[in-house]
Amino acid sequence: MREITYAQALREALREEMKRDESVILIGEDIGIHGGAFSVTKGLMEEFGPERVRNTPISEAGFVGAAIGAALTGLRPVAEIMYVDFSTIAMDQIVNQAAKLRFMTGGKTCVPLVLRTQGGAGRGNAAQHSQSLEAWYAHVPGLLVVMPSSPYDAKGLLKSSIRDNNPIIFIEHKLLYATKGEVPDEGQEYLVPIGKADIKRKGSDVTIVTWSLMVRKALSAAEILAEDGIAAEVVDVRTLRPLDTETIVESVKRTGRCVVVHEACKTGGFGAEVVARVVEEAFDYLDAPVLRVAAADTPIPYSKTLEDWVIPSEADIVSAVRRVVDG
Amino acid sequence: MESREKMLRMYRYMLAIRQFEHKAGDLFTRDAVRGSIHLYIGQEAVAVGVCSALEPGDYVVSTHRGHGHCIAKGGRLREMMAELLGKATGYCKGRGGSMHIADFGSGILGANGIVGGGIAIAVGAAFSAKYLKNGRVSVCFFGDGAVNQGIFHEALNLAAVWKVPAIFVCENNLYALSTPFRDAFAIEHVVDRAAGYGVPGCCVDGNDVLAVYEAAREACARARGGGGPTLIEAVTYRMDGHFRGDPCLYRSKQEVEEWAARDPITRFRAKLIESKVASAEELAAIEDEVRAEVEDAVRFALESPDPSPQDMLNDIYA
Ligand SMILES: Cc1ncc(C[n+]2csc(CCOP(=O)(O)OP(=O)(O)O)c2C)c(N)n1
Ligand SMILES: [Mg+2]
Repeated sequence: MREITYAQALREALREEMKRDESVILIGEDIGIHGGAFSVTKGLMEEFGPERVRNTPISEAGFVGAAIGAALTGLRPVAEIMYVDFSTIAMDQIVNQAAKLRFMTGGKTCVPLVLRTQGGAGRGNAAQHSQSLEAWYAHVPGLLVVMPSSPYDAKGLLKSSIRDNNPIIFIEHKLLYATKGEVPDEGQEYLVPIGKADIKRKGSDVTIVTWSLMVRKALSAAEILAEDGIAAEVVDVRTLRPLDTETIVESVKRTGRCVVVHEACKTGGFGAEVVARVVEEAFDYLDAPVLRVAAADTPIPYSKTLEDWVIPSEADIVSAVRRVVDG
Repeated sequence: MESREKMLRMYRYMLAIRQFEHKAGDLFTRDAVRGSIHLYIGQEAVAVGVCSALEPGDYVVSTHRGHGHCIAKGGRLREMMAELLGKATGYCKGRGGSMHIADFGSGILGANGIVGGGIAIAVGAAFSAKYLKNGRVSVCFFGDGAVNQGIFHEALNLAAVWKVPAIFVCENNLYALSTPFRDAFAIEHVVDRAAGYGVPGCCVDGNDVLAVYEAAREACARARGGGGPTLIEAVTYRMDGHFRGDPCLYRSKQEVEEWAARDPITRFRAKLIESKVASAEELAAIEDEVRAEVEDAVRFALESPDPSPQDMLNDIYA
């Protein structure tokens, strides 16, 4: 199979869905000639025109609200918020409007909106451009939260998200855009279902549950652990809401051990939710306490020394796994 | 005409910004600066014109393109450069980087990574000045892009209703990243919005440091005299990309060249010589001094130690 980058995979998903369905439009800052801050929409304005690839002023609350209105009235907008950190400006529109409109109106409408954004640290973008805010959104009934880790999943999940009738927070990771992976040829249609986890590596000794960039770190930690004879299974949840509890719990029942890894800081992180579900549903199968590997409880610092210290590393994952395996 | 001393100081500050930015850009290209940096090259007359009208205790709230504001308000080059290199000796001990530099001792309440993020904060600082009757004014710098954030509307209205000593300085450099002014506004000038808040507004040539200075002086006088806020639109141009490495697909070479011909430093230099404020030799001496200062700042930053994680954790809560 051919290999393409995560950014290319996302672009292909947008292009294919825009070709398939005229009601799909893009809206966001600098997504036109500039192609988006991470070049995901590069070339799409030229291909589909400025009516469908709508460049907006810097008005996150305004254009997310407009996307909601368009979604209520027949379009399927994909709005891009350049950094998840800026989604705070559109919070009312996302949390009080998009998430609740269907429910509040007795199920009489729906909001087929995809809010593409990106988060994560690792590039020295400091405290206002490096956050992992997925737990906030996963806490809101009415929203779905999707966080792909590979080009294949990115394309398949974005296409599914665009076809879904719910507001979806689709969070990419800034360090994933340039990563490559196998993706079927353009035109060879496939979808990745929302709400289905994927076992990225099989193993029998411990289950590592993770998502987004941390999947890659967990996979390389698993390599290191394999050298010591520890077989780690890596479960990529892919979507946080709905969470595929079944796949996680089944894996833990087989391995008897579980470590949850995420890049967001630990307190109030989504890892707590995963641990709770594992404990609720597989307590009797556990041979060790369930551990979390997460960022330190601090805003993301700028300097490389500090940033590296805050963000979970392969070594952190390896040592957490050793703790649950060795007891 | 302003005093010779004042004008030479303006020249010095403009040069310091220009040279600091060139060095910062080089260091970014060499990977010594991380993340992204937004250079102020081309807009020096705005920061220097405005800050020359301020007193040391006055407040300045800045943006992602903030190095110029910081230098013009009296920020020290050493601590600034050290911050860009993420060092323990930087203004923020390496935690903030380019977009978060602050120097509270100099009234610099901070750059900001969020477009429009500082506008309401400046209103709060102006309110405290009024409440505490300390005679200070609060200057808020922001770009044309920030004017389309909802917070601009809310903050200007609050400042007007509260009649606080705030000066809103919009640096209209004609682009918000890739978006040209005409695609983001259905009006001719940012300052056309001033009337909507009942705030006096004026539009100045942002590449003419003395014109900016005059406008700021008037706004300061109004603010200190209890006359409330002013909106100043300074029309200017950024000569570098939005950030270092921006391919600038959205603007023409010709446009960039036209603006290069209106370079604020070249213009001011010619004016100083023409009006016999200083000779070319005197200005060259200032240029040498500034160059040495910037080099000293780079050396200081490079030789400084990295910050420690333990120290960082002590500063999350007061
Ligand atoms: C809330 C928010 N949205 C988007 C961005 C990304 N961004 C950073 S600077 C910028 C353009 C700002 O334009 P303007 O206010 O005119 O300032 P300039 O860069 O021209 O100095 C954008 C879109 C951001 N930092 N914050
Ligand atoms: Mg601008």
